[in-house]
Amino acid sequence: MKPFAYQRPDSVAEAVRMNAERPDARFLGGGTNLVDLMKLGVESPGLLIDVSGLPLDQVTATDEGGLRIGATVRNSDLAAHRAVRDRYPVLSQALLAGASGQLRNAATTGGNLLQRTRCPYFQDTSKPCNKRTPGTGCPAREGVHRDLAVLGHSEDCVATHPSDMAVALAALDATVHLHGPEGERAVPVTELHRLPGDDPGRDTVLRPGELITEVVLPPAPGGSASLYRKARDRASYAFALASVAAVLTVRDGRVQQASLAFGGLAHRPWRARAAEDVLRGAPATEETFARAADAELAAARPLRDNGFKVTLARRLTVGALKELTARAG
Amino acid sequence: MSHAPQPLGAPVVRREGREKVTGTARYAAEHNAPDRLYGWIVPATVTSGRVTAIRTADALAVPDVHTVLTHENAPSLGETDDPILAVLQNARIPHRGWPVALVVAETLEAARAGAEALHVDYETADHDVVLTADHPRLYTPEEANGGFPAVRERGDAEAALAAAPVTIDATYTMGGLHNHPMEPHASTARWTEGHLTVHDSSQGSTTVRDTLSKAFGLDGSQITVLSRHVGGGFGSKGTPRPQVVLAAMASRHTGRPVQVVVHRRHMAALVGHRAPTVQRVRLGADRNGVLRAVSHEVATHTSRVKEFVEQAAVPARVMYASPHSRTAHRVAALDVPSPSWMRAPGEASGMYALESAMDELACALGVDPVELRLRNEPSAEPDSGRPFSSRNLAACLTEGARRFGWHGRDPQPAAREEGPWLLGTGVASATYPVLLSPSAASAHAAQDGSYTVRVNATDIGTGARTVLAQIAAAALGTAQENVTIDIGSSDLPAGSVAGGSSGTASWGTAVHKAATALVRRLGEGGTVPPEGITVTADTEEEAAEESPYARHAFGAHFAEVAVDSLTGEVRVRRLLGVYAAGRILNSRTARSQFIGGMVMGLGMALTEGSTMDPAFGDFTESDLASYHVPSCADVLDIQAHWIDEDDPHLNPMGSKGIGEIGIVGTAAAIGNAVRHATGARLRELPLTPDKLLPYLP
Repeated sequence: MKPFAYQRPDSVAEAVRMNAERPDARFLGGGTNLVDLMKLGVESPGLLIDVSGLPLDQVTATDEGGLRIGATVRNSDLAAHRAVRDRYPVLSQALLAGASGQLRNAATTGGNLLQRTRCPYFQDTSKPCNKRTPGTGCPAREGVHRDLAVLGHSEDCVATHPSDMAVALAALDATVHLHGPEGERAVPVTELHRLPGDDPGRDTVLRPGELITEVVLPPAPGGSASLYRKARDRASYAFALASVAAVLTVRDGRVQQASLAFGGLAHRPWRARAAEDVLRGAPATEETFARAADAELAAARPLRDNGFKVTLARRLTVGALKELTARAG
Repeated sequence: MSHAPQPLGAPVVRREGREKVTGTARYAAEHNAPDRLYGWIVPATVTSGRVTAIRTADALAVPDVHTVLTHENAPSLGETDDPILAVLQNARIPHRGWPVALVVAETLEAARAGAEALHVDYETADHDVVLTADHPRLYTPEEANGGFPAVRERGDAEAALAAAPVTIDATYTMGGLHNHPMEPHASTARWTEGHLTVHDSSQGSTTVRDTLSKAFGLDGSQITVLSRHVGGGFGSKGTPRPQVVLAAMASRHTGRPVQVVVHRRHMAALVGHRAPTVQRVRLGADRNGVLRAVSHEVATHTSRVKEFVEQAAVPARVMYASPHSRTAHRVAALDVPSPSWMRAPGEASGMYALESAMDELACALGVDPVELRLRNEPSAEPDSGRPFSSRNLAACLTEGARRFGWHGRDPQPAAREEGPWLLGTGVASATYPVLLSPSAASAHAAQDGSYTVRVNATDIGTGARTVLAQIAAAALGTAQENVTIDIGSSDLPAGSVAGGSSGTASWGTAVHKAATALVRRLGEGGTVPPEGITVTADTEEEAAEESPYARHAFGAHFAEVAVDSLTGEVRVRRLLGVYAAGRILNSRTARSQFIGGMVMGLGMALTEGSTMDPAFGDFTESDLASYHVPSCADVLDIQAHWIDEDDPHLNPMGSKGIGEIGIVGTAAAIGNAVRHATGARLRELPLTPDKLLPYLP
């Protein structure tokens, strides 16, 4: 690890100003990913701006009946929050499906969104990687890629985004609020992360120096039920092979509203709008659910060793929607 | 100090438990001399070839970097029995991850930054790293690990298989596995006035001392190796590892204490692994399930540095009666890191294959798998014809079946559902040999009635101090609280390695002998002088003695699994083992060892997967986030029981080893249960969801 400077600003404005002065600065949240990457030599910031002490650690109600989640709220606290457990169970479940208890105690909401891929080539500086060092190539395409992308990948990059939380936020139509040198703006969480294309070094649409300050959830749709299902290689502390976040409203045997997102399949949490189009207004049956999953997964382009992820995502989708329908019973 | 003597077997609490849970027990990297330097190993980033140039200027320019050791300036080593220790001696790169330099600095961070700044140029050669069943470079070695002949044949297995009314022919595949003890391999070395003192995370510091003595041309009396506390090893610390040589080199070069810790990401290349295997098992039986022929053929890999052959076909020489048998190993030397010992080498991989095949035979015949095993109990060791000193596999199976609730099991596969779960049960046998290595010990009686026993045993987390105190106390006729145990230093009477499940038997025999001799001396009358009385003993003779008996521990594993019918995720709801391992000397620490082995077997069955990267020649899963050892959530109801054996042909304590047998049959029992739950017979570990998906409803 190379020597670096460390600052703890008192306000968002100060944090943003510090960052603007130093192109080699990084914001530091819980440090559960960035610090690892610094040790590995993948990241080598000259300045760490520790934002974990900023007054962004509250979860509050919005006037519209939604929730405003501060960027430094810890994953454990958010998962346990009464309003989240009652009204957004998919989010609480996704958080608890991620990492380990110790990591969730440290990890922040903003940091979780901005964690980087766990692709083994990205994390090993002795190997090529277009995301880490543009133009060096992507050995994962022909190499070890069982855990990597089946949707939305490019010639240059087949990385997946590792977050569980972000998948639930995508299904919940959350909005990410940003402060940057040019002011404030809001971005739907579904548009925060990019597909790799020919520029895989950029994970998100964040502009230089922008800081995530909060995530806002709209009110949970009336009568909806939600859940998160994740398949993984061990019972805890493993990234998703595939996961699904589902929010479903069923009335009189028909799907009134559906919102679905996949995790573990792509460079970003994958909002499944083609599936939602099939679901909306259709009878809430297994046949519909399978058709919806197929509509979305028709776009999948699995690599040599990860075709099972498509099957898994399909099964998770059908299973999750069946379960939610049974609950609506 | 007047507690009543306790019988051997009592659940005595670990002596150093409090030190460990309060953090005061110091491990090899925690001996902080104020002037200590830190060494960072720089691994080769090519798979095959040689170093053509190392440019150190940028590394040396990093603040606080003290020295860069390379093959150009490192001390020349004398003899290294194990070629993996001949580091920084020449430019050759036998595999990716081989050390090409050690950066030594005032801080760990500076050493690491220096390593990043080092420029190494290579000349690369083609490489070949992937084992296949028909790899052209497979050859039959002389011996497999443990000194076993590579090939053994009795009768005519081919002819008997051809003639058998019922046959099984199945091939089982496993990738590499990694020991990954919680404490990584670490050494702190210092030279003081010609004496080398090393704190090393090792399973046997006498061996480390002897190795350093040859490598550095020193007399054994000039070296002290200390391994007071060791955070696990599972075989990977059973032989000295490169970090101890590098720490000693760097300390000699700099004249200061140097600490070298192998980074978790470098461990897979430097500390051994369980070699991948492709195992073909053929069984021929009559219609009652009585075996006529057993054929077990193993293909595995080794490195270009040394030959290590995982002896996976060896347990088939012990397990079941059969008039015809062929057990054979072949190995290919590839451009891969050197494999080595990992908990129950040979037995763990071999019994996965053999016990899966036995289950396939039971299914083919419609015979209960417990009953099938009982029908093939041998009267003597099949391969050698020697009588067993004791063999209670049948009792383990019967007792395990009773405790588990096996009776009345419906053999029909894929026939039990509970909500989304498919349920199944499976059984497998386990075996592990009884080994004894020579050790020495001293027993000292003090005037105040207390005793001190010295032996260079190593506690790798098993409770060695505690059980040796029990053994000594029993021989001395005193309470174990009256006995001080001094272990973990090569200055003590020479002890054997904590490996091969032989530690307690080997050290304990020496301790018992010394303590018994001391009792005799004290019984001769007279008073204990102020300096006390010390008696020493060694067991060269006992260890060299060839037993007329075949001596093995046996066990039976029972597993109940639930397979998620949606995702293929497997959960082991219950795991129950029953063992026959002589006399159990401490029921508390023994249970921990059995259970620990079973958890490791659960990992081998379900979660631990290691991928050899064909392009780069390294193991892809290089941290504990990606190499999946079982988490607490994976381990639900786990039980270990045992059957007391009174076997007079073992050692004075009547004990067999228990450190490894817990892993041996576990993976097969779980695999067999998965087959019972789903109908899918998977023959490649680990049983991850991707492998189950094609077979789900």
